[in-house]
Amino acid sequence: MIEVKWRRWPFFYIPLSAFIVALLFPFYWMIVTTLRPDNELYRPWNSPNYTPFWTWHPTLAHIEYLLRETLFTTWMLNTLFISVLATLISLFCGLLAAYALSRLKFPFAGTLGTGIFITYLVPQTLLFIPLADIIRNFQLSDTPWALILTYPTFLVPFCTWLLMGYFKTIPKELEECARIDGATRWKAMLYIIFPVAVPGIISAGIFAFTLSWNEFIYALVFLSTPDEKTISVGVTSELVRGDVFYWGSLMAGALLGSVPVAVIYSFFVEYYVAGLTGSVKG
Amino acid sequence: MAVVSAGSKSASILSRKRGPIGRLLENEWWLACLLLLPTAVLLGFFIAYPFVKGVLLAVTDAKVGIPGQFVGMQNFEAIWHDGIFRVAVWNTFAYTAITTVFKLAFGLWLALLLNRDFKGKVFVRAFILLPFIIPTVLSTFAWKWMFDPTFSVINWILLHLGLISQRINWLGDPHLAMLSVIVVNIWRGVPFYAISLLAGLQTIRPDLQEAAAIDGARPWQRFWYVTWPLLLPVTMVVVLFSVIQTFADFQLVYVLTGGGPANATQLFATYAYQIGIGTGLLSQGAAISLAMFPVLLAVVVVQLLYIRRVEIH
Repeated sequence: MIEVKWRRWPFFYIPLSAFIVALLFPFYWMIVTTLRPDNELYRPWNSPNYTPFWTWHPTLAHIEYLLRETLFTTWMLNTLFISVLATLISLFCGLLAAYALSRLKFPFAGTLGTGIFITYLVPQTLLFIPLADIIRNFQLSDTPWALILTYPTFLVPFCTWLLMGYFKTIPKELEECARIDGATRWKAMLYIIFPVAVPGIISAGIFAFTLSWNEFIYALVFLSTPDEKTISVGVTSELVRGDVFYWGSLMAGALLGSVPVAVIYSFFVEYYVAGLTGSVKG
Repeated sequence: MAVVSAGSKSASILSRKRGPIGRLLENEWWLACLLLLPTAVLLGFFIAYPFVKGVLLAVTDAKVGIPGQFVGMQNFEAIWHDGIFRVAVWNTFAYTAITTVFKLAFGLWLALLLNRDFKGKVFVRAFILLPFIIPTVLSTFAWKWMFDPTFSVINWILLHLGLISQRINWLGDPHLAMLSVIVVNIWRGVPFYAISLLAGLQTIRPDLQEAAAIDGARPWQRFWYVTWPLLLPVTMVVVLFSVIQTFADFQLVYVLTGGGPANATQLFATYAYQIGIGTGLLSQGAAISLAMFPVLLAVVVVQLLYIRRVEIH
């Protein structure tokens, strides 16, 4: 479309830049704080030598402290273990359920689909208190299994919903051809439908992984020993002593704790966006 | 026709060779049951059972380690007369309403900007989603540090822009604390709105815009009469999703203010946590959590009705 050139500035470049700066500044601030030495960090906001946006003496001391003196690496491994297993369980359940709900004819298929959609909308904060009681009764408190088994409750509905959308786009003829050639339903599902849905499976997997990496309230309530904690809970409870915040190492923890999600995200942006928008549209 | 019947015949011969389980799996009904079993078990154990258990807890006086006796509606009566609970209810509604309006406005604006062609669009789109994918707790800590009473970089910027002369105690003042929490929630939510609405915008055929432009429609008319009505279904779903998430929000407030100062930022979930886990009054905490349910149910019903209406048309 033809457009007057100067108008691109007030109506396009300036607002877009403002959005980018506002959305990314906290991450920049995280990085600067991580690299800043303590004596520079604790200068009051109105002191004349407050240099907010850069540092002349970058240091790795905060990262070193985090890796040597705290359980940070343990928390990272815990979170990784829990997220991977929860994602695999959810993909397994979600794949099977999505296939049944979108490609098989049986009574109540529609009702069950709606039921899954509703559980997808149940927020964790609605059920965490009775769930904590149940986890205690099952003797799962303070083990990774408390989270590996409960995370799928919000991941499975999401995976199912996303994959149902994918399966619906695969033409029925594809499966019928295989069935005519003598494949069983089971084999047609495994060897014909699932391979075609691989992009959907990747989207669901990436999304489920980041959701479990980011989960907070279940991890906060179900885990209590420092050794068992996940990243977000560990950083929240163990890096703050009483009222004292060690901002350097806190920001280093926040930064390093975000890296795995950011890396996976950067490799699979398109899949992630497909998952995000697919989950909304269904 | 002949090919098809021969094919199905050979299939039936093959299936006769299979055992009883193989034959059962050929039945759509049985196969569906089998495929849905893992999901049903999981959701039954960790969604349906906790829900029932939550209702049962809420009508007892259970504390941590003490099973408790049936007390009827006493817990609900107690929270109804609890001043802090009322504050939390009011806060939650205000928090949800204000953030949703701003997230939608900014998200739509950003989506419209991103819908144009420019250099580095792919990069910008990828980076802009960062606030949404980075663990909320961790990014909220960055904000908490930015709001720090003595070391706040926001105060520094405002001072040097000449907007303030005194420091602002962002998280210490009740009104400002609510404002801060709202700002961070908007910051986190805008990318989700923008990317979802952008996906919606991209499904709108550009020739509709061009046709309107040829007919002499001004840019905002093109938006209001062409783009907006076509975008409405996606917008509705995005808003309802986000309303549920915001209404039940916990981590952001927990990290930033812990519900304070003086319960000024207390929400349903943070108050339920404080009572149920903090003080160990399981039953009352469960009652506070469950008090969210009617509102969430209403949103879900609206969403289902809306989706059904869209599907019919």
